[in-house]
Amino acid sequence: MRKILILFAHPKYEHSDANKALISAVQDLHQVQIRDLYELYPDFNVNIQEEQELLFEFDVIIWQHPLYWYSCPPLLKQWIDLVLEFGWAYGPGGNYLNGKFIFNAITSGGSPELYSHDGKNRYTLEDYLRPFEQTALLCGMKYLPYFQLGGTHKMSEIDLAQKADEYRQRLIHLRDAESISSVFPHQTLK
Amino acid sequence: MDGFLINAIVYILAAVIFVPFAKRIGLGSILGYLIAGIVIGPFVLGFISNKGEGHDIMHNAEFGVVMMLFLIGLELEPKNLWKMKNLIISVGLTQVLITAALITSIGIFLGIDWRIALATGLSMSLSSTAIVLQSLKEKNELGSTTGKMSFGVLLMQDIAVIPILAFLPLLAITAIDLPTTGGYGILENQPNWAQTLMIFGAIGLVILLGRFGFGPLLGWVSKTKLRELFTASALLIVFGIAFLMNLVGLSPALGTFLAGVILANSPYKHALESDLDPFKGLLLGLFFMAVGATINFTLIWHEAYGILSLTLGVIILKTLVLLVIGKFKKLNLPDNLSFAIGLSQVSEFSFVTYAFALQLGVFSQSNSDMLMAVTALTMTITPLLLVLLDQFIIPKLTSTSTNKKTEIDPKIPDQNKVILIGFGHFGSTLGRFMRANGVEATILDSDPDQIDFLRKMGFNVYFGDGTRLDLLHAAGAEQAKILISAIDNTEHSLKLVQLCKEHFPKLEVMIRAKNRYDAFEMMEMGVKNIYREHLDTSIRMGEDVLKKLGFRAYTVHRLAKQFRDYDEEALKVLVKFKGNKDEYISKVKKQIELQETLLSGELMRKFSMNDHVWDSDAMKEE
Repeated sequence: MRKILILFAHPKYEHSDANKALISAVQDLHQVQIRDLYELYPDFNVNIQEEQELLFEFDVIIWQHPLYWYSCPPLLKQWIDLVLEFGWAYGPGGNYLNGKFIFNAITSGGSPELYSHDGKNRYTLEDYLRPFEQTALLCGMKYLPYFQLGGTHKMSEIDLAQKADEYRQRLIHLRDAESISSVFPHQTLK
Repeated sequence: MDGFLINAIVYILAAVIFVPFAKRIGLGSILGYLIAGIVIGPFVLGFISNKGEGHDIMHNAEFGVVMMLFLIGLELEPKNLWKMKNLIISVGLTQVLITAALITSIGIFLGIDWRIALATGLSMSLSSTAIVLQSLKEKNELGSTTGKMSFGVLLMQDIAVIPILAFLPLLAITAIDLPTTGGYGILENQPNWAQTLMIFGAIGLVILLGRFGFGPLLGWVSKTKLRELFTASALLIVFGIAFLMNLVGLSPALGTFLAGVILANSPYKHALESDLDPFKGLLLGLFFMAVGATINFTLIWHEAYGILSLTLGVIILKTLVLLVIGKFKKLNLPDNLSFAIGLSQVSEFSFVTYAFALQLGVFSQSNSDMLMAVTALTMTITPLLLVLLDQFIIPKLTSTSTNKKTEIDPKIPDQNKVILIGFGHFGSTLGRFMRANGVEATILDSDPDQIDFLRKMGFNVYFGDGTRLDLLHAAGAEQAKILISAIDNTEHSLKLVQLCKEHFPKLEVMIRAKNRYDAFEMMEMGVKNIYREHLDTSIRMGEDVLKKLGFRAYTVHRLAKQFRDYDEEALKVLVKFKGNKDEYISKVKKQIELQETLLSGELMRKFSMNDHVWDSDAMKEE
């Protein structure tokens, strides 16, 4: 059984039905811990030591956040900047994250179709997430395909519940599966 | 009584007229006092009718020198004094011995009795502590290379007074019985070993008292919160030591200097400085006036040739000796000139040695009169020479040679960029925070118990009421960048603001205010940095309340910041209405309403009045 850590960043969680649905779908799962960054660090003063010690215990890490301007909210970036230190996460001696799995779980106002070469946003979500992917690789982690909950603006409650359950199933799979293939397509569990 | 009042008026009036005038035209205060003394003396206006009176005043006013050395001692920590030991011994001793030897041999060469020549030589080798230090201080050069060297020489001379006074009786031609006049009384009849023992005993006593006696005394007195009592105790310390030193025949100036050095580390340093400074200033002024008044112009007139050539001869000889020493110490020419000419006058101690030599029968009355005239003249001429040097010669020299003045480090201990006044709970938290980040502040507090405690914790806290101008000067308010008032007392805070505004306009004042009413007053006085003591804490508490009620931490964090900014802004509006009670109340109500609307927007999950961030509702409606 793997341990899963969700690093959750939303500056206005109280207004996000999508994220509430996702969080409440997974928060009761055994071996899953949710870390609400905006609640922990309202002043952006991330406790590096504590974050590193915690990361060390977990096998799967999830960056869960809304997509703001094609990236993550600032506190998550702050977390990456501060916690993934040279000599700890990468560089000489920086091997504490080696072999861990990581991916982004994204909520976006725009529907998934917009994120394609023909769509309004002109690039795929994969393209937008390259910086995260490369960050993970530099730290010796295995970057898994993203999870997307798109089109939150127009989503019905049934769809939302279904998507949230999908998220839950993926987490259970990541927790319990014998082995995780790093190339599984993100729609596998549909 | 009438006589006393008239005398006082004459002296003070003369000083008030001549000193500002002299300073205005660049002559410095010493020349001003000397001129004032000459004018009220027997030869111009005749307010001081006879020479004896002038001498009496001079003798009493000499106490100013004693106080000055105490104050200088306060500025000098023992470890710094120890660093100067080479300077004192090599430069000081060389100067005294060579000058005395040269004057004596010239005297003998001119056919004067060797005893008179030797007594004269020894007396004239000394320079005037009062004049030199006062003018160095006035030019703010005490910390410079010249200043330090001059000080080393003067200190050695003060020590040299003791053996000189002990040596003079050996020159007595006839073994006359000495009239035991006050001073060197109780040692006369003792054997040598007892004398030595008593001298060391007296010095030991001063050191012991300085270490363990004066601190508790001042602490005990300061608890009464009676300022005059503190001043009185400061005077008591100086008088007491002077008396003790007189008793065993040591120089009182040296004794008080020693006590000053020992007290340099004490928390009462700045308070002592500011309390004694006016006394020192007045006494020194009086002393210089007395010197001016005792110049015997009749004698000078009759023996013009002899006296003038002697005066110039002494000045030139002393200057040359000092120039050579300065050269050895690698002073550059401008520094060396001001060092040498600065110390070229004859000392006020010489008046004492002349009188002593006269008593002993070494000098005749005419010897003594003539030497006194010469001494007073050197004291008058050298400040003039220094003015000429500073204004005409040094500018020329420095424009050609490289200016080395930049190397001078005018560092006085405890000159920090930040002055923190009030070290209670508020101030000490602030102080700890600054110190944790490597910022040391000069700290003043008026609670002796608190100071004691904090000193033990390793903070350099000084005793004193920070609302006194002299104390602010002593704490270095002129050089500091920021002054923080963390005092609990509104009235004092306002007074402090006023003082800083008037005297230190460049100083950035940051001030603790008890409440918004205090803040209003400070805003009206033009203070920019006002910190209401409850504001941040109460808002922080409110943040935690909201969090416990289930609000999101980051949201609350932003709300709190907005609330605080809003409150500060509102204060700037309200201050305009504080005089008008009705209008004020209606304005306050309006502000509160506005504040609540702003914030309740968030409560209603609308938050639309001024904050659209991360709001996806608008997109949903599209």
